[in-house]
Amino acid sequence: MSRLIAIALAVLYLFTGSAFGSEIREHFLPNGLKIVTVENHKSPVVTFQVWYKVGSRNEITGRTGISHLLEHMMFKGTPKYGKGEYSGIVARNGGNENAFTSQDYTAYFQNISSDRLEISFDLESDRMVNLLLDPNEFMLERDVVKEERRLRTEDDPVSSLIEELYAAAFKIHPYHSPIIGWMTDLDNLSREDTYNYYKTYYRPDNATIVVVGDFNTEDLINKIGHYFGGIPKGEPMRDVKISEDDQKGERRFLYKREAQLPYVIYGYHAPNYKDRDHYALELLNNILSGGKSSRLYQNIVYSKQIALTAGGGFTPVQTDPELFYFYAQLKPDRTTEEAEAALKEEIERIKREPVSTRELQKARNQIEASFIMGQDSVFYQAMLIGQLETTGAGAKYLESYIDEIRQVTPEDIMRVANKYFMDDNRTVGVLVPLPQKQ
Amino acid sequence: MSYKTRHIMRILPSLLIIILLWTSISLASPGIEPKRVVLKNGITLLFVETHALPMVNISVAIKAGAIYDPPGKGGVASLTSALIDEGTTTRTSRQIAEEIDFIGGKLSAAGGEDYSSASLVVLKKDISTGMELLTDILLNPVFPAEELERKKKETIAAIISERDDPGAVASKEFYRAVFQGHPYGIPVEGDEESVSRITRDDIMNFYQQFYKPNNTIISVTGDLNYKEAVSLIETSFVRWDKSRLKLPEVPPVNKVSKGDSILIDRNITQSNIVLGHTGISRDNPDYYAVSLMNYILGGGGFESRMTKEIRDNKGLAYSVYSHFDVNRFPGAFTVEVQTKNESARDAIEGIRTELKKIREEQVSDDELNDAKAYLTGSFPLRLDTNAKISNFMLMVEYYNLGPDYIRDYPNKINSVTKDDILRVARKYIDTENCVTVVVGKQEKTGLRK
Repeated sequence: MSRLIAIALAVLYLFTGSAFGSEIREHFLPNGLKIVTVENHKSPVVTFQVWYKVGSRNEITGRTGISHLLEHMMFKGTPKYGKGEYSGIVARNGGNENAFTSQDYTAYFQNISSDRLEISFDLESDRMVNLLLDPNEFMLERDVVKEERRLRTEDDPVSSLIEELYAAAFKIHPYHSPIIGWMTDLDNLSREDTYNYYKTYYRPDNATIVVVGDFNTEDLINKIGHYFGGIPKGEPMRDVKISEDDQKGERRFLYKREAQLPYVIYGYHAPNYKDRDHYALELLNNILSGGKSSRLYQNIVYSKQIALTAGGGFTPVQTDPELFYFYAQLKPDRTTEEAEAALKEEIERIKREPVSTRELQKARNQIEASFIMGQDSVFYQAMLIGQLETTGAGAKYLESYIDEIRQVTPEDIMRVANKYFMDDNRTVGVLVPLPQKQ
Repeated sequence: MSYKTRHIMRILPSLLIIILLWTSISLASPGIEPKRVVLKNGITLLFVETHALPMVNISVAIKAGAIYDPPGKGGVASLTSALIDEGTTTRTSRQIAEEIDFIGGKLSAAGGEDYSSASLVVLKKDISTGMELLTDILLNPVFPAEELERKKKETIAAIISERDDPGAVASKEFYRAVFQGHPYGIPVEGDEESVSRITRDDIMNFYQQFYKPNNTIISVTGDLNYKEAVSLIETSFVRWDKSRLKLPEVPPVNKVSKGDSILIDRNITQSNIVLGHTGISRDNPDYYAVSLMNYILGGGGFESRMTKEIRDNKGLAYSVYSHFDVNRFPGAFTVEVQTKNESARDAIEGIRTELKKIREEQVSDDELNDAKAYLTGSFPLRLDTNAKISNFMLMVEYYNLGPDYIRDYPNKINSVTKDDILRVARKYIDTENCVTVVVGKQEKTGLRK
């Protein structure tokens, strides 16, 4: 299974479930900063996360990768805390910190013991406004990101194939481009562009703070107000209003490079959380790919032994609609034609026959159990809320989630399968291995 | 769709990049009181009670890893694990999968170098179904011939597929070169030839020799009380009989006696470099000093000298780190980095400079204090989820770290001096007799003589 797809699946599992046991509370500062809190006292730890509503979705032609490069630069210093000091301070306090960038958001976090939380307020409020973006550091870090791109994408056939899939499936929408950016854009990104980008999007009224763990909410909100309250609102911002046209016919591409095994990937344009159809698609996804008893594993991997791995998935908690994908990595001496025939057989079957009551119940059970198990980690609770908040779904999405899942019928699943898994709505990528040159 | 994280991964997470977090909890109150008991049939049971969620995690270690693979049959321990949930006396592979999936639980088994493991995660309401499945796969596997053939093909396909991961290619080549004559030099899953040689008898013999209650550790974490946990494990495994164990001799790990460079040519953009030699075992009393030394050198993420020099000051790599595998027998000391082919030589030079420096000069007071603060401050963070607690307890028991390990760890770390760091750097890092593997486009690296 490829790294990118695996991550998407993992995240998908997280948000599948009912509301948290503890209360989710929302607070606003006058400068527009939103704070979402969940008290959870099971261990004396807190995860503190700052989510900015900016990601590769906001990037323009020629400047792809700028959101992610800025994320790296956020650790390179302000007048108050120099290069590397953020990580050093957190580590000396026994904490861990990190950051990540997606299509829709960029987020920063610290996991730290409850009594050290003030460190997070101080560091995050400082770098929300005072980033230096030193030109020398910028050039060095751009090289680091290029190495990251080589590591994650250039030298990985399946990651490259997935990059090609998005580029083919999205013509207009910025989901066309990879989060890490095209190499040629990384070569040309400037410090000035990055600084302007920072000034445009990093501001309290474009951010959400999510805190989950062992704290007292009133006390926490007062302190956050103390550190972040003085940061001014930004200028009015343009929203990204781009929607992908309906696809009118299958798109198909071959991707040829040195590789060991062929790989097939299908992408169908699918709805996001704004459309209730996504609940039925989630159950459908579990029926096809949830565990070793799922249809794709049982039929393509286990019985027919065509593929080493096969599955599918999608990510409805996205600001704009994304893809529902299916993939199969072939076994040696099996062909992509066989894999495509087997995939299509399963897709056609779920369009034609209602799923059994037991299969539907199994999918529901999996979703509900995963949700409870996901709460074992305060980090994941916060992660889930952050995603919901920054993509527009809102944490309130959780309140009705389980009810929505329980209402889905076998007929709904058949209906959405027919609605979205149309040949004309499909983009197909085939990795064709070339022999190794020596 | 995906996340690009900035952080260096110290231990390679196979799936969830963003999971690599050890949240911090203050040392005074980890709130964990492990209980240990040896049952009548010899199972060592460890238990931690947590009631935050209605779920139970069970981790099992069978003290039989790839170190006991028969000669020429690398992959037996791993295949045995892969097959235990593929058919029992009363259930087919498909029935096992269906039953565990239906309750939304997770049941898995995997081979390892030192020990093989199995795990179960279920909601409390489903504990009896989950335990029945776990017991069934551990006690009654039948290793059907057709499942063995299927798994062998699958394993071989996975081995072939892994050749597209240049980091994995470099790593395998490194272990092969460093651990000649020792099972640590052979991948846990074996190689194409050894896997194709494995027969059903090999699997049956391995299972019958090692899968014994008196060779097993079970750790239970979750929403049960001590009495419930003991009774659950006792009744589930009541028919599993103790028997005499004959554990084979494992050959000693020989030190690398000369420096060696292995260049593998691939048409890729980066050179994937693994450099190092043999290291220390988990029971080495210098473990604590080595942990601190390695944190300062290359193990401490953004705080390490290697990251500061090679990533932050030179922009040569996204990830560079050093690592000691601490296993039952001395594992490897490795430094890993990926850099564009053109800068492979500079990256290797930069790493060697840091290795020399830590052997020649004392670390600063600040460096040592910061390393101590992180290792002690973050230590209990490994214990903030049920899964982490469960696996941690298995590790403490397997490596015999003692009932007071959690309490004693900070003292052991804090008593290390700068002289100790210099001493262990000189003792366990060898800049002369180092194996260096480079997988990359060699015409661009300029490393070929």
